[in-house]
Amino acid sequence: MNTTSVNTGKFYGFRLPQLDSGLVRGFIRLVALPLVGILAFLLLWSVTAQNIDTSLGKFPGPSAVLEQFDALYGEHQRSREKEQAFYERQEARNAKRVAEDPGYEPKIRAYTGKETFIDQIVTSLITVMSGFLLAVLIAIPLGIAVGLSKTLNSAVNPIIQIFKPVSPLAWLPLVTMVVSALYTTPDPIVAKSFLNSMITVTLCCLWPMVINTAVGVAGIDNDLVNVSKVLRLPALRHVQKIVLPASVPMIFTGMRLSLGVAWMVLIAAEMLAQNPGLGKFVWDEFQNGSSDSLARIMAAVLVIGFIGFLLDRGMLALQKLVSWDNTATQ
Amino acid sequence: MSVLLDISHIDMEFPTPKGPFTALRDVDLKIAQGEFVSLIGHSGCGKSTVLNVVAGLYQATRGGVILNGKEVTEPGPERAVVFQNHSLLPWLTAYQNVELAVKQVFGSSKSRAEMRDWIEHNLDLVHMSHAMHKRPGEISGGMKQRVGIARALSMQPKVLLMDEPFGALDALTRAHMQDSLMEIQAELNNTVIMITHDVDEAVLLSDRIVMMTNGPAATIGEILSVDLERPRHRLELADDPLYNQYRAKVLKFLHERHSKPDVPARKALPDKADTPVTSKPEVQEETVDNAA
Ligand SMILES: Nc1ncnc2c1ncn2[C@@H]1O[C@H](COP(=O)(O)OP(=O)(O)OP(=O)(O)O)[C@@H](O)[C@H]1O
Ligand SMILES: [Mg+2]
Repeated sequence: MNTTSVNTGKFYGFRLPQLDSGLVRGFIRLVALPLVGILAFLLLWSVTAQNIDTSLGKFPGPSAVLEQFDALYGEHQRSREKEQAFYERQEARNAKRVAEDPGYEPKIRAYTGKETFIDQIVTSLITVMSGFLLAVLIAIPLGIAVGLSKTLNSAVNPIIQIFKPVSPLAWLPLVTMVVSALYTTPDPIVAKSFLNSMITVTLCCLWPMVINTAVGVAGIDNDLVNVSKVLRLPALRHVQKIVLPASVPMIFTGMRLSLGVAWMVLIAAEMLAQNPGLGKFVWDEFQNGSSDSLARIMAAVLVIGFIGFLLDRGMLALQKLVSWDNTATQ
Repeated sequence: MSVLLDISHIDMEFPTPKGPFTALRDVDLKIAQGEFVSLIGHSGCGKSTVLNVVAGLYQATRGGVILNGKEVTEPGPERAVVFQNHSLLPWLTAYQNVELAVKQVFGSSKSRAEMRDWIEHNLDLVHMSHAMHKRPGEISGGMKQRVGIARALSMQPKVLLMDEPFGALDALTRAHMQDSLMEIQAELNNTVIMITHDVDEAVLLSDRIVMMTNGPAATIGEILSVDLERPRHRLELADDPLYNQYRAKVLKFLHERHSKPDVPARKALPDKADTPVTSKPEVQEETVDNAA
């Protein structure tokens, strides 16, 4: 469309106005229309909200939610101040006791205040990224191996096909029990609840990534494989120079797919297992049942959606950075 | 004429769901160092199969390929292949595509600087220096094919195998590429086997044209020696009666085969074990009388 308008512009010698109209059209498409959409949504939301009465009061409209964003941020800041004060007090106390008795070993206790909304966001993000990365580390080598070897493929395929449709939430009780049974160090580096959530995320990411990687690897153009054969590339170099780059588009499609699902599953897992994170925040607010609860949950919903969107955009940007073809769109 | 490459009585059978399919039967050809041989024949007769057997990508079910006195058992860079659809790695630039080959072949014998010079030299040979840092997606089909040829040449192969290297190109680009190839071959004296569908191309480039019968069980029908002076120029040759006679011979062969595609080229082949290999009635060295 744009090229035709520029061409006619050239033809009539009106290049500038034509280009301008192109800019205007771009502005409308990229800025104005989304803005209109959002405004219409807000309007619809506030009108609908006013007409829904729940046992916890009216359904929160945009303004109530905005208020809660503010309140949640305030709570976070207050909690940080408290935490700092706690550590200062503790340090002063320890310094004093060491001064009185040089043999005293100062005890450092961690601050155990309630996690704020922002803490929960950070926890969820760390959990989803760790689980995702662990899945990448397992799935990509496995996918490459399965894609390269028909024998391995036949052996592994039934297992993948059976586990793929299982909701990772079904694994959660098993994961929880296994983690509590096996993870029994006296001085744990990470909390059990974190491990539970992370492993659930990993299980959920694993299958799409293995399948996509394997399909990508198995589908490499036979001619490219022949090039590698004629050059007598050693196995490792073959994987590094031919197999991996050739399947990058498929690998990334799998990664993007699983990260999106992982984020959804993580929130549900946190709600179900009361593991720290945004899901727990939602659940706690629901149990809490104060007049602000619904607005806070709505705030969390918006944040979850926005973070999911950012994660997807991040993967897309990464995909564009590393892929050589034009599959990375939208 | 010292034989460099001996394609010795090869049979090729492909296993298919409906039992083995015999693609080639008793293909026998000896090629001298520096010779340019074209394979011509109808689509599906088995030209690519012959090339793939020589490349080592297929293993003949019977007979074998001997290069410099050694049997070919696997693919290798001394038998570089220019694939029909260029087969460049799309994520690498032209330079990097050639580099992959050069590093693999000369990684231990050439220094970094020597390798760089060698890569650039080969890209220069096919007139691709100006676009050597572009990826295959950013260059035209003819340019891609040229990079593919540069990659094959850079391996300094004993035999260069080309599967319809110019098949996908327009007439003008094709003519350019043929001229470049003749120049390069005159300079380097490569031994070349080239598959083509183009009669003019075959006559222009080849020392010998190997015409294959229709499959299944395809074999060599006729071999035509092309005794035209080199260097050859397409415009001068256009009026050369000898050139036109060669052309006519190949055309006639193809036409005859085409008009009766259902008739097996060789019927009732006797059991090979007791067939003296020297007496192959269909295969005759065709030569055109120069005085004609
Ligand atoms: N891997 C394979 N498995 C089974 N049959 C095959 C295989 N490769 C080739 N063939 C068969 O062998 C015959 C010869 O194929 P080939 O590709 O060598 O023909 P060609 O002369 O190169 O044709 P074209 O000019 O169209 O490229 C064909 O009938 C084809 O179907
Ligand atoms: Mg072919």
